[in-house]
Amino acid sequence: MAEDSETKKVFDAEAAGSLMKELRGTYASGKTRSYEWRVAQLKNVMKIVDDHEKDILDAIRADLSKPEQESYIAEISIVKSSCTRALGELNRWMKPEKVKTSITTFPSSAEIVSEPLGVVLIIGAWNFPLLLALDPAIGAIAAGNAVVLKPSELCPATSSLIAKLVGKYLDSSCIKVVEGSVAETSALLEQKWDKIFFTGSGRVGRIVMAAAAKHLTPVALELGGKCPVVVDSDINLPVAVRRIAGGKWASNNGQACIAPDYIITTKDFAPKLIDALKHELEAWYGKDPLESKDLAHIVNSNHFARLVKLLDDDKVSGKIIHGGQRDKANLKFAPTILLDVPEDSLVMNDEIFGPLLPILTVDKLEDSFDMITSRGKPLAAYLFTNNKKLKEKFVKTVSAGGLVINDTVLHFAEKTLPFGGVGESGIGSYHGKFSYEAFSHRKSVLYRGFAGDASARYPPYSDRKLKLLKALLSGSVVGVILALIGWS
Amino acid sequence: MAPKKSSMPLIFFPARGQVLPEPLGLVLIFSSWNFPISLALDPVIGAISAGNSVVLKPSEQAPACSSFLANTIPLYLDSKAIKVIEGGAEISQQLLQQKWDKIFFTGSPSVARIVMSAAVKHLTPVTVELGGKCPTIFDYLSSPSDTEVAVKRVVGGKWGPCNGQACIGVDYVLVEEKFAFHLIEMLKKTIKKFYGENPKQLKDISRIVNKHHFQRLRNLLEEPLVAASIVHGGLIDEEKLFIEPTILLDPPLDAEIMTEEIFGPLLPIITLKNIEESIEFINSRPKPLALYAFTKDEAFKRRILSETSSGSVTFNDIMIQFLCDTLPFGGVGQSGFGRYHGKYSFDTFSHEKAVLQRTFFLELEPRFPPWNDFKLKFIRLAYRFDYLGLILLLLGLKR
Repeated sequence: MAEDSETKKVFDAEAAGSLMKELRGTYASGKTRSYEWRVAQLKNVMKIVDDHEKDILDAIRADLSKPEQESYIAEISIVKSSCTRALGELNRWMKPEKVKTSITTFPSSAEIVSEPLGVVLIIGAWNFPLLLALDPAIGAIAAGNAVVLKPSELCPATSSLIAKLVGKYLDSSCIKVVEGSVAETSALLEQKWDKIFFTGSGRVGRIVMAAAAKHLTPVALELGGKCPVVVDSDINLPVAVRRIAGGKWASNNGQACIAPDYIITTKDFAPKLIDALKHELEAWYGKDPLESKDLAHIVNSNHFARLVKLLDDDKVSGKIIHGGQRDKANLKFAPTILLDVPEDSLVMNDEIFGPLLPILTVDKLEDSFDMITSRGKPLAAYLFTNNKKLKEKFVKTVSAGGLVINDTVLHFAEKTLPFGGVGESGIGSYHGKFSYEAFSHRKSVLYRGFAGDASARYPPYSDRKLKLLKALLSGSVVGVILALIGWS
Repeated sequence: MAPKKSSMPLIFFPARGQVLPEPLGLVLIFSSWNFPISLALDPVIGAISAGNSVVLKPSEQAPACSSFLANTIPLYLDSKAIKVIEGGAEISQQLLQQKWDKIFFTGSPSVARIVMSAAVKHLTPVTVELGGKCPTIFDYLSSPSDTEVAVKRVVGGKWGPCNGQACIGVDYVLVEEKFAFHLIEMLKKTIKKFYGENPKQLKDISRIVNKHHFQRLRNLLEEPLVAASIVHGGLIDEEKLFIEPTILLDPPLDAEIMTEEIFGPLLPIITLKNIEESIEFINSRPKPLALYAFTKDEAFKRRILSETSSGSVTFNDIMIQFLCDTLPFGGVGQSGFGRYHGKYSFDTFSHEKAVLQRTFFLELEPRFPPWNDFKLKFIRLAYRFDYLGLILLLLGLKR
């Protein structure tokens, strides 16, 4: 609610408790359940993004110095297309799904009915501050829930804009924004939610899940990981390099959960790949990338220092083959390529989340597949190849949230694909219909009549009854008939 | 799984998306004591069909079954990939320290919290199948034969499954005041018919699992106002761990018997002025694993469906939804999260991996920096699927 940011009241445990009480009351009134309410809210989310595009782009630039084009592609257009899809499909998503029944429950009919989980908490991340707050919210609203949104405090301009616009355009009795950082988030996490949807780091993901465990609240955790790019030699190199560079440096300068983290290629091919990358980087960002307006900044000095530490590591500093320039005052960091850093270096063990791109060389690409999963299953893994066998092996053996062949990051835009992690990269998935399902309970419904009551079900039990039951339960019509006439 | 149709803007053509299920890896399954074979093997079947390695920890409160599983499974299944570990809380704690790719738990909320909290360390996804107070709405049925069938189903659904010790068994009944007496009479008659004059002989009825639960149930009954509300049964035998089918009429709503899951052969009948009040009654309590309603009123059925929330709803029968494996089986809220049975078992132990295939053909420039106005216009039009606009832009005719 507007009150939280305007009056600057401390949002403590008590405030969280009364917020929850208010939302439970509104949810119980049934307000969020109707198709009309959901459609009205979704249309208003669309309005937020349409009518305030400039404000949004300005806020994101203020927070991250992200180029307008990146913000448009990655944040505004995806929110719009999620709304459009939800509005177009909502009727279908809300319909009960009829399912078959067998002779075991004959006569009966059955269906699965979707219902909202109730009051849900969505915690957004800082790297795509509008998208990662509104996109899950679209799913939650479409599914008929009451929602509390906690945008990332590392993007104060965007967070406060979201609070203002949501307060203005959406039904604030059911959809609220709480701004703040650790204290406010902790206060929220103490409450009993019907679902918590979190995007962020594994470390904070654990804190969220631990809080959820106290109330047995189901969670969705969209985390990250070291997303590898395996590059084969027999490929269209210029196209591949553009796609790799785009996924890495045109995605918030590497600060994205599905950005390529490191490259694996053959010893023979590495020089060509590196040359092509350098060439593309110069075309995109000029001779002095720190002067380019097309490169997003590092979000804050903490993360800047973290990246500097990865580079200043003794084992690594001699391996820089391109870039490395940085400007601490302006939080600018140039695209940096490293070659064959040791596997035990920091840069190869932590998720980089920045513009450093290590390239590891191997003799045979297939040998690298096991290495990928041994580092913890990443959110995404990429392969560039024209070799069908290699493709098949990759898809079969590499476990990750999602895989893309011959491109990077694009699966995020394909709404018929579930987007989520596995293992260290997360729990649950969303996008498109998966967003709707992430915030729904699919309730099983069985309809029975009173005709045809099988007395074999009831005590006193007997061998004959048992025979009949066995036949019924096996689903065998013949068996049932035989049992009934005493032949089995 | 079949490739799905691509829905991306045309500038990304051609793209082919698929979802491939793959095993999660190494899964841990905890089963409970009340249906010690099925609640152990059913999830194991799902885990195996999805291609996982499995460790099964059967409940120590059903020791003979636990032993049976531990001795028999290695004789029939691949013991390099499927193992049974027996033991109690200490063994469970040790198991929970390991890094699992999934934990599947059937049991009580208090232990589920321990399991989920342990899963946090490794960000292990969990499914928890709990229980709750499964209410049974008993509306007036005009046909006496329907009523007779309904009563049989309630009795069978209360005392049939492990003598009330079942997560989806009938916990309590809601009925209109004016029919309560008649219902109780019919219940008594049916109990006698099913279990005979002397149910203590334990023919066709289970006993209470152990002393701890026996004591718990006895305590529920011993609350003074609760004891006063007993209208049938009440006989207990500690030595035999026997509690006979017991019916209570309107015990106090704040007594433990009405605030905690009973999990035993005690059946409270709660009377209402109007059967529609049952919806509010149920909604003011935690969401149960199953909700039952005996009614022929279609409007009432619709209200129940849309205004209450539970793992599942079954109309005019009890427990039988468990046998329909096209229906997902699982809870919501206090009754748990996650689901299984049929294909849902396979899904619950799988990771649905998204795979997007692209070719190198048809690369479009406007996707990448350096940015300029033309590229931004192009992207806006492309994402709006405005192909005419795109063509005009390319021809230099759009401002």
